[in-house]
Amino acid sequence: MEEREVLLMKGNEAIAHAAIRCGCDGYFGYPITPQSEVLETLAAEKPWETTGMVVLQAESETASINMIYGGGGCGKRVMTSSSSPGVALMQEGLAYMAGAEVPGLIVNVQRGGPGLGTIQPSQSDYNQATRGGGNGDYHLIVLAPNSVQEMADFVDLAFELSFKYRNPAMILSDGVIGQMMEKVVLPPFKPRRTEEEIMKECPWAATGSGLKSRQPNVITSLELQSEVMEQRNLHLQRKYKEIQEKEVRYEMQHCDDADYVIVAFGSASRISQKAMDMMRARGEKVGLFRPITLWPFPEKEIRELAGRVKGILVVEINAGMMVYDVRAAAQYSVPIEQFGRLGGIVPDPDEIIEAMEKLKK
Amino acid sequence: MTREEIIQAENLVYKKPELMNDVPMHYCPGCSHGVVHKLVAEVIAEMGMEEKTIGVSPVGCAVFAYRYLDIDWQEAAHGRAPAVATACKRLWPDRLVFTYQGDGDLACIGTAETIHALNRGENITIIFINNAIYGMTGGQMAPTTLVGMKTATCPYGRDPKLHGYPLKMTEIAAQLEGTAYVTRQSVHSVAAIRKCKAAIRKAFENSMAGKGSNLVEVVSTCNSGWKMNPVKANEWMEEHMFDFYHVGDLKG
Repeated sequence: MEEREVLLMKGNEAIAHAAIRCGCDGYFGYPITPQSEVLETLAAEKPWETTGMVVLQAESETASINMIYGGGGCGKRVMTSSSSPGVALMQEGLAYMAGAEVPGLIVNVQRGGPGLGTIQPSQSDYNQATRGGGNGDYHLIVLAPNSVQEMADFVDLAFELSFKYRNPAMILSDGVIGQMMEKVVLPPFKPRRTEEEIMKECPWAATGSGLKSRQPNVITSLELQSEVMEQRNLHLQRKYKEIQEKEVRYEMQHCDDADYVIVAFGSASRISQKAMDMMRARGEKVGLFRPITLWPFPEKEIRELAGRVKGILVVEINAGMMVYDVRAAAQYSVPIEQFGRLGGIVPDPDEIIEAMEKLKK
Repeated sequence: MTREEIIQAENLVYKKPELMNDVPMHYCPGCSHGVVHKLVAEVIAEMGMEEKTIGVSPVGCAVFAYRYLDIDWQEAAHGRAPAVATACKRLWPDRLVFTYQGDGDLACIGTAETIHALNRGENITIIFINNAIYGMTGGQMAPTTLVGMKTATCPYGRDPKLHGYPLKMTEIAAQLEGTAYVTRQSVHSVAAIRKCKAAIRKAFENSMAGKGSNLVEVVSTCNSGWKMNPVKANEWMEEHMFDFYHVGDLKG
């Protein structure tokens, strides 16, 4: 493949190609619909013969996430991908990663739930992703792509953020973005880090080498002394605050003159964009605000926006999750309603327009 | 000969392994863990792998193993040590990677991770301390608790009708294509300790030679959990545990 060539591929395939290109050291995963193309693409590409990237089909999502813990804990850029029921199984490992400050990337190509649910798209893991999902006070850095291009671009970004803050990062996608084919320009090749570069970037990692000149490194989330454990938690909270201050990402379309705005992320933002365009064509001043980081959430930006519009419609493919964050951010200053479809049904633009009309009344 | 004349470097017959530090151990007096820790430290040093070893500690009594051996460690979630070790070894193939797990960790909650890591032939060593009881949480029934044995959660003795049978994970491991060396040892006598050390050495050497996965079970005592003194616990182990868990090499 030539550099900067425009290709046509699925979101899941873009994730795999981007991983190989951004110096990823290892992928560990377990098949589940609708994300199996990630592992399939990697297996077909055989990156272990080119970049030296390890690709392993694990025995379960539980094992996958613990392989990510092990790989990240020894300083390597490692990732896994799964879909909702599989990501539910990974919550224990994610809490351990957050507690032990282990970097790593988890891709969730969401499907409808609860339980085994359906294989159709959904955004109903929003709460699980943004609240932590496992035990304890912690956060993941959560990026929500809304195109195949962003699936590709966010792999490297997620790794960068994850290592910068020593915190697991998640790409929260869904069956629409994972399965649809779009044009994409893959990121430029970046070599895997050398041993020396890993030691420099990750002096905390359990790499096993260099022990003559340093103390042993231990990757753990355990501490039996409550006073020490509280300090450790406070350290995490300070880190989360810093992430909230520095890493908020969002996109605004036609928000400057808007009377009403739609707030939507991921695939729901693509459908909302269409609905906005249709309303704009009729002369209605509607804008779109798209959070790109779901955690940290763009609170300040939504608060400002709420100060200059008449109402906000939150569109998400669930029963109402992000709407609580939008209401809290807007401090209930304007009417805020939610529209969503459930069980794997993706809303269409007409339904969104109808919901907007209801809000306006 | 005076005391000063005797205490000379050339007369040294034994010293604490350098990888073992002076942190007071949390293990109960009489526990087998300390001996196995020492053997692991000795073998790493004798192989010259001090600068190339990653240990994976479990949840259970050995949860703090990382406090006592001055190497890099990762503390795994309960049962997941073989998955953690799989990634460490695959990503750093020239490192010596081992897990150190108890019976609850390896043979109960982590059965899947254990069997699959061994069956994939991961070039790691699993050290498996089997004392037939959950020590850390206060003496509850383990997957390896013998039939009739009393614990906090089978106070009238393990009854197969109620609790099922003890699991022989090492026998299962020996059947797997991916395993290079599977052995069952103990550390209750000087001879047993020496044999156990040789087994750990062989397992570690196999891992570094890329021969496949290795399992060293150490049939151990838990005198606190068994509610016996250390001497009695050793006798009880020989009398009851060895009957069911036969000591010796099973494969390789």
